[in-house]
Amino acid sequence: MSAPAMGTSKTAHTDSSNKKKKGPGTLAIAYLVIYNVVMTAGWLVIAVGLVRAYLARGSYHGLYYSIEKPLKFFQTGALLEILHCAVGIVPSSVVLTGFQVMSRVFLTWAVTHSVREVQSEDSVLLFVVAWTVTEIIRYSFYTFSLLNHLPYLIKWARYTFFVVLYPMGVAGELLTIYAALPYVQKTGLYSITLPNNYNFSFDYHTFLILIMHHVFSKLFPQLYFHMIRQRKKVLGHVEEYSKVE
Amino acid sequence: MKHYEVEILDAKTKDKLCFLDKVGKVLPSFSLHWYPARQSIRLDPKGKSLKDEDVLQHLPVGTTATFYFRDLGAQISWVTVFLTEYAGPLLIYLMFYFRVPFIYAPKYDFTTSKHWVVHLACMCHSFHYVKRLLETLFVHRFSHGTMPLRNIFKNCTYYWGFAAWMAYYINHPLYTPPIYGEQQIRLALTVFLFCQIGNFSIHIALRNLRPPGSKTRKIPYPTKNPFTWIFLLVSCPNYTYELGSWLGFTLMTQCLPVAFFTLVGFIQMTVWAKGKHRSYLKEFRDYPTLRSPILPFIL
Repeated sequence: MSAPAMGTSKTAHTDSSNKKKKGPGTLAIAYLVIYNVVMTAGWLVIAVGLVRAYLARGSYHGLYYSIEKPLKFFQTGALLEILHCAVGIVPSSVVLTGFQVMSRVFLTWAVTHSVREVQSEDSVLLFVVAWTVTEIIRYSFYTFSLLNHLPYLIKWARYTFFVVLYPMGVAGELLTIYAALPYVQKTGLYSITLPNNYNFSFDYHTFLILIMHHVFSKLFPQLYFHMIRQRKKVLGHVEEYSKVE
Repeated sequence: MKHYEVEILDAKTKDKLCFLDKVGKVLPSFSLHWYPARQSIRLDPKGKSLKDEDVLQHLPVGTTATFYFRDLGAQISWVTVFLTEYAGPLLIYLMFYFRVPFIYAPKYDFTTSKHWVVHLACMCHSFHYVKRLLETLFVHRFSHGTMPLRNIFKNCTYYWGFAAWMAYYINHPLYTPPIYGEQQIRLALTVFLFCQIGNFSIHIALRNLRPPGSKTRKIPYPTKNPFTWIFLLVSCPNYTYELGSWLGFTLMTQCLPVAFFTLVGFIQMTVWAKGKHRSYLKEFRDYPTLRSPILPFIL
């Protein structure tokens, strides 16, 4: 008399939607494992390069030059991750991933590479170290997850180290942009002035200031607290299970 | 007359919100702190909302009907949103045209541009938005009464922001007129006017499909007006003509921000056109197959 049909139609709907969802195929998984292993290795090379350079020179200054090429190569290589999302072999949002990767690539090329004077700044070391440790953990996390053998230590590291590494990285990035400002203003780097045939102007100096503002006031707090919530969700469960036992 | 028992549950928590016995033909809109425009009543918690016109008797329910309620959030009327989002660009552009203080260097305050194309551009831009305001008040027949309140902030930021950005450069003391001079401007103006008339013709044709106060949907067809003959090839020619107008304006002003605005608008209108095209195909078996959503044969 009432509508029991509604209940059954609900489960039928979820069944069919489960059947429609396909994970990545075996070839895709093999490719992703190789990709993540290569990236882990690449960032390990950068880490080793930093340590060796530090030991050789005996100081923190100018370590950027010792790892400049692998840094550019592997950080730029991360652009492939946008493709992975677009093609569907990785279940993340294209927009979100694109945003994250582009911000790294922007800092690597449009700030650090383009403004030579900042390359010797200590702030560069700050974000390079933060990125290196983060990426080694992140890519090993993905590798192990794909192989279905994720050691708890890696999961814990991934969801814990960011608490220090993320603010550290953001601080390094912001300080580097700040250091670049006077040089950008003086040389008019990447800027277009009026008059011109396309009636358009762009001031890279102002643009950088706006970016700094946006990252500091909105982006960083939002992402940081999102990750803290994720941490509670992912690592919190284990505590619940142990309580039950 | 058959009477129904109706219970209303919250779509998310499944809490019983309301129980009505002895309901007649039509489900009454009930007050639960939320005004009717904000209430979404549906048969399935994840399904589509029922419409205001839906009749209880014709719904697939037994004598005890269970509905799910979802709060749509604060609502605002479409007319209000349209009027606000269009009045902004009209006024903002004029502020830049008249070179109101604090925009350009003080020596240019309240001066006028020496280029006649700048005056023409102001007339075209203003005409466009006055047309839109008048259409909102007298021509359009809206399917929905309201939209979520946050849309007005989003939409106004878009329209007002872009208007300010374009107007800044077109009315700038260092503005450079189009490379090909009078020829280019004349061609651009022709395109612009042609598309403005076209866009208006489509709006009138769509209005005439729908009797006043109703929300019926019919397939639009070409009328005696030649500007509507494009319906043979396109589902949403209003968007096609709108794109044309802005291409004309871009050509007229030769201004990169205008080109940007045209591009972004085109992307959004294509998304809308594809959606509309798909609903036409779903709703009407005999929908003409020659038609594309927005660009003949292409998109």
